[in-house]
Amino acid sequence: MTDMSVSVSSPAGAIPNKSLPDAPAKVTVRNLNFYYGDHHALKNINLSLGTNRVTAFIGPSGCGKSTLLRIFNRMYDLYPGQRAEGQLMLDKTDILDPKLDLNLLRARVGMVFQKPTPFPMTIYENIAFGIRLYEKISKSEMDDRVEKALRGGALWNEVKDKLNASGLSLSGGQQQRLCIARTVAVRPEVILFDEPCSALDPISTAKVEELIQELSENYTIAIVTHNMQQAARVSDKTAFMYLGELIEFDDTSKIFTSPSDRRTQDYITGRFG
Amino acid sequence: MASEHTVKAFDSDLQELTRLVAEMGGLAERLIVDSVDALVRRDIALGERVIAADGEIDNLQRLIEERAVLTIARRQPMAVDLREIVGAMRVATDLERIGDLAKNIGKRVAALESDFHPLKLIRGLEHMTDLVQSQVKSVLDAYAAHDLPAAMTVWKSDEEVDAICTSLFRELLTYMMEDPRNISFCIHLMFCAKNIERIGDHATNIAETVFYMIEGQQMVDKRPKGDMTSFAVTAPGN
Repeated sequence: MTDMSVSVSSPAGAIPNKSLPDAPAKVTVRNLNFYYGDHHALKNINLSLGTNRVTAFIGPSGCGKSTLLRIFNRMYDLYPGQRAEGQLMLDKTDILDPKLDLNLLRARVGMVFQKPTPFPMTIYENIAFGIRLYEKISKSEMDDRVEKALRGGALWNEVKDKLNASGLSLSGGQQQRLCIARTVAVRPEVILFDEPCSALDPISTAKVEELIQELSENYTIAIVTHNMQQAARVSDKTAFMYLGELIEFDDTSKIFTSPSDRRTQDYITGRFG
Repeated sequence: MASEHTVKAFDSDLQELTRLVAEMGGLAERLIVDSVDALVRRDIALGERVIAADGEIDNLQRLIEERAVLTIARRQPMAVDLREIVGAMRVATDLERIGDLAKNIGKRVAALESDFHPLKLIRGLEHMTDLVQSQVKSVLDAYAAHDLPAAMTVWKSDEEVDAICTSLFRELLTYMMEDPRNISFCIHLMFCAKNIERIGDHATNIAETVFYMIEGQQMVDKRPKGDMTSFAVTAPGN
């Protein structure tokens, strides 16, 4: 048989996958473990979210991806019996530090949930409310900030003539973009999206995805999604989690075309269970 | 291939694609042999059958492409599945080209009118055809079995075909210089040899597709090439 060392045994003969240069880490996770009471929900997670990059978390229900997202802004603190161990850094801030001001943390790490949750107040107040918690600014400055936030949420043109209408009067897709605008309004550094499009129609989904792409120019983004095509479309890096473990973490282009781990492959190609 | 999909219909879609490619491959192989047979035996009827059979190959290629596009639209395949479908489309394109090249040989059978029939040249062409046909067969087997080493063996063994083709070219040039009445025949034979050589190239393309399907990356290594026909010259007076 002829010599086949070049192309078969090593991918040396292959074109390397092109990817964005590695961004400096904004959030660093080291040896992170998480417990719901006795249940060991996250097992020794290590990864980092690159600055101004979109990182997607995928995996079957119960794999721990939402749990991980909730640790990034200490959402779990709201519930008794839940604890995290290990190291979790936002730049130089220790997110797990018990003395950390959680309101300040949540201003730096914003979150958008699965179901749109506008406050039962006007569109304007939905945005202004969050800003007032952290800053004292004049009415004209506030008008400016609200407009900027709504533009950031790609909603301004649709609501500029009805800022005093109730946030609840908007459509589902608009409500979700209002929530994104509300998150952007307090100028966070990181935005967490927990299945942000699962309750939206395809057009609204496309708008939110477009928005996520735009936001990634200025924010570090983490998104949990059950929609694999969505993860493939919007993210730079993808983490596949299974049974509380991080199985594979790599460039999105690699994960969805030729993942290294068999379990990742089985999951993304629909061969699980 | 990996284990079954949760959606069973997806598995049958993929199996159907592989089956269609196998069917197309079988037809293409037969066309190669028949076209050269027709040429060697000056069998115009067989040449015409080759021309007609190429239509079947074209139809199969269209069918494979339609099925592949439909499967992509319906299942949004990822990773290994996506590569499997893209691979089927690529192999079908190569097989369609192989069919065209065989058809071209079939067309030339009718054009060969002269009595000039240098046996040595014909044997050379037959030998080359045997090699190429076995390469096409091996690479299609490698495709069906996802056998990367077998595909790579084909990829690396195209050199011999190239060498025979180059030597045929040189010889044909000398015949043409000896007697201008041979020119028409020799030119046709030259194109036939080149067609067979091109079929060999398509076999290596298929080998590269197999590499892509299994490794998930494109090959960038340069294939060893021995085709020097672009430079074949015979000085006058030789």
